[in-house]
Amino acid sequence: MTYFMSCVTSEEERRVRANDRDYNEKFQYASNCIMTSKYNIITFLPVNLFEQFQEVANTYFLFLLILQLIPQISSLSWFTTIVPLALVLSITAVKDATDDYFRHKSDNQVNNRQSQVLIRGLLQNEKWMNVRVGDIIKLENNQFVAADLLLLSSSEPHGLCYIETAELDGETNMKVRQSVSVTSELGDQNNLASFDGEVVCEPPNNKLDRFCGTLYWRDKKYTLTNQNMLLRGCVLRNTEACYGLVIFAGPDTKLMQNSGRTKFKRTSIDRLMNTLVLWIFGFLVCMGVILAVGNAVWEREVGSLFQSYLPWDPPVDNFLFSAFLSFWSYVIILNTVVPISLYVSVEVIRLGHSYFINWDQQMFCSQCNTAAEARTTTLNEELGQVEYIFSDKTGTLTQNIMSFNKCSINGQTYGKYTHTHTLSGRFIRLDFTPFNPLADPNFCFYDDTLLESVKVGDSHTHEFFRLLSLCHTVMSEEKSEGELVYKAQSPDEGALVTAARNFGFVFRSRTPGTITTTEIGRPVTYTLLAILDFNNIRKRMSVIVRNPEGRIRLYCKGADTVLLERLHPCNQELMNITSDHLNEYAADGLRTLALAYRDLSEDEWEAWSESHRCADKATNCREDRLAAAYEEIEQDMMLLGATAIEDKLQEGVPETIAVLSLANIKIWVLTGDKQETAVNIGYSCKMLTDNMTEVFIIRGHTVQSVRQDFRSVSLSAAWGEGGKQLQCPPPPPSNLMDNISGEFALVINGHSLAHALEADMEMEFVSTACACKAVICCRVTPLQKAQVVELIKKHKKAVTLAIGDGANDVSMIKSAHIGVGISGQEGIQAVLASDYSFSQFRFLQRLLLVHGRWSYLRMCRFLCYFFYKNFAFTMVHFWFGFFCGFSAQTVYDQYFITLYNIVYTSLPVLAMGIFDQDVPDQRSLEYPKLYEPGQLNLLFNKREFFICIAQGIYTSVVLFFVPCAVLSDATQSTGVPLADYQTFAVTTATALVIVVSVQIALDTGFWTVFNHVFVWGSLGSYFTIMFALHSQTLFKIFPNQFHFVGSAQSTLLQPVVWLTIALATAICIVPVLAFRFLKVDLKPQLSDTVRYTQLVRQKKRKPVGRKGRLGARSGSRRSGYAFAHQEGFGELITSGKNMRLSSLALATFASRHSSSWIDTLRRKKHTHTHTPPTGAETDIKIMYC
Amino acid sequence: MMATSYNAKEEDGHHSGASSHGAAGVVKSKKPDNTAFKQQRLPAWQPILTAGTVLPAFFVIGLIFIPIGIGLYVSSNNIKEFEIDYTGVDISNPCYSCAKNFSWNSTTPCVCSMNFTLEQPFESNVFMYYGLSNFYQNHRRYVKSRDDSQLNGDQSALKNPSKECEPYRTSDGLPIAPCGAIANSLFNDTLELYHIDSNNTRNTIPLVKKGIAWWTDKHVKFRNPGENLTAAFQGTNKPVNWRKPVYELDPSDPDNNGFINEDFIVWMRTAALPTFRKLYRIIQKKSNTTPTLPSGKYVLEITYNYPVLSFDGRKRMILSTISWMGGKNPFLGIAYITVGSICFFLGVVLLIIHHKYDTRSNSADIPN
Repeated sequence: MTYFMSCVTSEEERRVRANDRDYNEKFQYASNCIMTSKYNIITFLPVNLFEQFQEVANTYFLFLLILQLIPQISSLSWFTTIVPLALVLSITAVKDATDDYFRHKSDNQVNNRQSQVLIRGLLQNEKWMNVRVGDIIKLENNQFVAADLLLLSSSEPHGLCYIETAELDGETNMKVRQSVSVTSELGDQNNLASFDGEVVCEPPNNKLDRFCGTLYWRDKKYTLTNQNMLLRGCVLRNTEACYGLVIFAGPDTKLMQNSGRTKFKRTSIDRLMNTLVLWIFGFLVCMGVILAVGNAVWEREVGSLFQSYLPWDPPVDNFLFSAFLSFWSYVIILNTVVPISLYVSVEVIRLGHSYFINWDQQMFCSQCNTAAEARTTTLNEELGQVEYIFSDKTGTLTQNIMSFNKCSINGQTYGKYTHTHTLSGRFIRLDFTPFNPLADPNFCFYDDTLLESVKVGDSHTHEFFRLLSLCHTVMSEEKSEGELVYKAQSPDEGALVTAARNFGFVFRSRTPGTITTTEIGRPVTYTLLAILDFNNIRKRMSVIVRNPEGRIRLYCKGADTVLLERLHPCNQELMNITSDHLNEYAADGLRTLALAYRDLSEDEWEAWSESHRCADKATNCREDRLAAAYEEIEQDMMLLGATAIEDKLQEGVPETIAVLSLANIKIWVLTGDKQETAVNIGYSCKMLTDNMTEVFIIRGHTVQSVRQDFRSVSLSAAWGEGGKQLQCPPPPPSNLMDNISGEFALVINGHSLAHALEADMEMEFVSTACACKAVICCRVTPLQKAQVVELIKKHKKAVTLAIGDGANDVSMIKSAHIGVGISGQEGIQAVLASDYSFSQFRFLQRLLLVHGRWSYLRMCRFLCYFFYKNFAFTMVHFWFGFFCGFSAQTVYDQYFITLYNIVYTSLPVLAMGIFDQDVPDQRSLEYPKLYEPGQLNLLFNKREFFICIAQGIYTSVVLFFVPCAVLSDATQSTGVPLADYQTFAVTTATALVIVVSVQIALDTGFWTVFNHVFVWGSLGSYFTIMFALHSQTLFKIFPNQFHFVGSAQSTLLQPVVWLTIALATAICIVPVLAFRFLKVDLKPQLSDTVRYTQLVRQKKRKPVGRKGRLGARSGSRRSGYAFAHQEGFGELITSGKNMRLSSLALATFASRHSSSWIDTLRRKKHTHTHTPPTGAETDIKIMYC
Repeated sequence: MMATSYNAKEEDGHHSGASSHGAAGVVKSKKPDNTAFKQQRLPAWQPILTAGTVLPAFFVIGLIFIPIGIGLYVSSNNIKEFEIDYTGVDISNPCYSCAKNFSWNSTTPCVCSMNFTLEQPFESNVFMYYGLSNFYQNHRRYVKSRDDSQLNGDQSALKNPSKECEPYRTSDGLPIAPCGAIANSLFNDTLELYHIDSNNTRNTIPLVKKGIAWWTDKHVKFRNPGENLTAAFQGTNKPVNWRKPVYELDPSDPDNNGFINEDFIVWMRTAALPTFRKLYRIIQKKSNTTPTLPSGKYVLEITYNYPVLSFDGRKRMILSTISWMGGKNPFLGIAYITVGSICFFLGVVLLIIHHKYDTRSNSADIPN
């Protein structure tokens, strides 16, 4: 994409004239043909090679290859480097080619889609790629928009049309677009064909929500905004047809401009590996310098005298030049300390791990038929190091399914059983169908006394459900008689209206001015006088309706905190009882609402209606004046009762959180929800418990108050409960959080968070928050979610994981080290941005504790062994340098050097890297503490690296000096000395292969059949290949290539050689064995112990440490508030704009949850979020004891 | 040495995949196959380092290595070896003048003889080696300076040797056969051995010069370019340092002449270390009654052709008998005894440590 962007940077404004291809041609705008593929058949090889050689490692090997072509330097044959390099390049090339092939396929598919283009007054079918800027195209319902269009006219009134933007921004709700009024009147295609307006607009950019341009037509100017645009990638919904003028095509469309390269995530192991590789390069240069100096000295002292037998090569005329050449020669032979196969092997292992994640049945959700998916294959081992989890709430912890669970009507509570009880099946689900044919069969309720009360006609109960059926902004669609589909703005509302429906108060349909219901089988139509819509500050909504009898009544539902204040004084007694019930419900983690009504006289209504109209028309401070008007009428209400809705947690959430926190992973919930709701969920998923010493709530609105909050939190945390009484002078706050005892939790509000994230306070925030066991951030914007993640990344150097399901989690998912998307109901945007996706929160424990842990373990073991084996292999050359005049003579046969890394030793370590397990999966879930080594980065760090290197160097010393000492005097049984170069090479190579094979055998903790095959196979292949290469047949064909003819057999037949190999192996392995045994015996790691007990099986398995503090909560008041944090459909309903929804559109709607309705409303939401609510100025610390 | 436990994790591993399709019906289930491989439940051997496995391993290694070491040490000690340096560094050395006055151009070879006494008789076959010190046969430029095609009798390589042979590729416009630095520096001292019996008469000891090279070298790697050597090597030049061409290395025996001359083959098999010995001759056992080399006085007569003093090299003559494991090699025996003892000792130490500090036996509880 960068290519296209660079092309259009010169474009300063865009001029497009409708129906005038010749005119538009002048500007050479990009056509609508998109090309996401990188190569074609001809360019593939050069471009791909060019790309691959941009990798430092590949260039380095190319450089080595060039060095080897200089005969004075070449210490190895050219093929020792080119074979592995070609292998690596071709593997990558094949992968790139496959990827590109699929891109070609999808490009072709998209480019060949048909669209109807208006050419010379006729609609013609054209392929998408042939659509030009300035064309007018016709779209039909459910079609994809082919390019960025200016909406000209639509089949709908007012030039409206509806689009779904899921592919563009992930939001699944419909949006409305409207054409400029002059063009909407054009109507049919004949008029459109003669339309010759000219659009002048901004050049292509990637801002999805902004467009600014001007339409010039018939000497008039019309301003164009984003509201007039249909963007490529959207789907036309609920609109029969519409016409649009192509403004941006192909690569210029906002969709393509946005599909920039995603940020490439690297794991900490990657970074460590890169550092280590650089160190190794440094080490390599040091070795080279040492040997070059040695060469200079040798050539001066010995070599110059030895010239009678071995003259210097022609260009060399002094020892210094010889040393210079020798440096490069040694760089070539010692380069195997950083083998080219390292990066490829790492990729292969990660790919394997990703497949294991995809294949895991236990992360498969049978209800949604989705398996877990590793969308990124490069992050697996980091899953084993996660310290912080940032979780979204709705849809992630909860199912985002609300169920009407309990209610209190006129002081009587109904519905004794929460969802958890019903699982036991002891309670019979109420069957509503005999009583009410319109009932929703999926609705569950378990208390028949409520139904009885409806049946006997209790007026309070009736009024209660009448309120629920009237006071809402739900839309209904009745596809056939009795088959109702509700489309609710928040699932809470849906649940309430459904409850009313089942208890006989069925909401049937609405018009802008009426609501039709069926009350106990009798159709009733209410006149809707006003909707007093919900917002965050009001925390309530009301409707004013006139019933068929002409009585005007206001129905209100809202948060108990605001609603109970506005009751008529005569409600005092009922209020107390209801309040108790509310407390009870809240204690059960339910979301509560209080319901009330007020009768209005005709005069009252008239008066208020007038003032309301005034406020509505006001141009300045409309919001405030409306709020004041609402406030005026919502007074002296009569309490009806309260509802309690269960926000159903996803399956296994509390258990997962418990296990993860036992694994020392800190879980932060970042939610856009209200504080009360979030805290409630915090309790129900056991993040917050009553055993906690304290739960701090920070909700200051100013910098000072937030700062003060943090101070007091750290003080009271440090001093505990005694501190408050003692009133001692506080210790310096810097180290306060280091020595606290007890469990704390922190709840922080959006406004406070904004301050806390500022540079001068973030340290305080981080230190406080990290000292707490659980952190909940409420009312958080998507940007803040990302900021919180970034903050922890910056200050804690810990691995973070973000998990979420909605488009609002995308920023957080992208900025965390690992992003996990829940593939739920909220569209696929989060999944698309994520690195891993699955459908249930509880799979997270398996992903981290099993797959992550294994991946980390395997990768660490792999790297340790890999560096070890290459140092053992390469450093032998270094020691040999001291005995061969520092001439860069290799110890081994050149074929051995070529094949060592790619054949003889690659597969066993790959098998270990892919299949190894220290403890079985159930154990790692049972003992979450097993996860800790990953977090502390214990298995592979710089120290471990040096240990591996030291072991490798030790091995190389043994492998060189033992054969050296033995063979220098030894002879064959025929008297022929064994100290010739070829025998020495074969002996050392064989000893090396055997030693590293024994070492991998020691390292492998889980011998599957693959490990056996690969370990024994590698040894077998070594001997087979060696005998083949040393055979007479090959020698007779290429006498100049196979110098080692006969060496294998004549060497390996000698008992002395085998004794030497055995001796070298023993000297290499015995200390390692002793050291490992001591480590396991004296300081066993938890995994060792678990393995041991697994082996011994003498002890019965201890039950898992899921502590029993899940139950028994005191009735501390945590009143929930059952509204989503967005304004309802009120404005839309009364405006009547959306009343033309076809049944088709609703069908598509009903399948998912949408969070907002129209863009204008969305924008309002944002302004609300930034307006501080009134009356919350004081900072309160709520104590739970 | 390790505990074995095949864990029975294959409970449902065998009905692979089939189950997942059954329930799916119309909608194809994306459920991953339930195979042991995909679910990472492959049966596996999970070795653990426990005291029960590691400690016996140490003792066993010790118990195996120590007897082998003793055996090796004893048999190495039974081998008789005699070594004499004839470089001629000291003025007292009979070869001093030869070493000092060496010149490549001299036509008359310098001969010197050294007397020595064998204290003990050498039984069975005796192998005679020449040893060189500080001679870098393993130098990279030296090692590659040869043309194996030429040595294998390839005609084109004979006339046009490989570039690797530079600067010993051609001389006087003719290709050198055999080319390269290795061949050029062929060791060409002649050593002869005389026994001086009680009558002070010198008895020549017969030296066998065949059977001193590897079988593959003699029969595969080295081939003459033709039957008639003089004709075959027509148009080539002898190496610069050589006094006679390659086809005159052993005119008496056509099977030991040209490239397949065994002294030449032995030299061409380059040594791994700068101090090395190469087999020169074999003194075969005559009868069962008399030792091959009885104790007494001997004379080594050296035709001194090979200068080493310029680069501080040394030349030696070595006589040695041989056992099943080759020549005298005390290092291997001592190393085996040492390693074996260390293993045994480690076993004991680890056993003590294990008994004193073992944490596992008394706390099978897993902390959580």
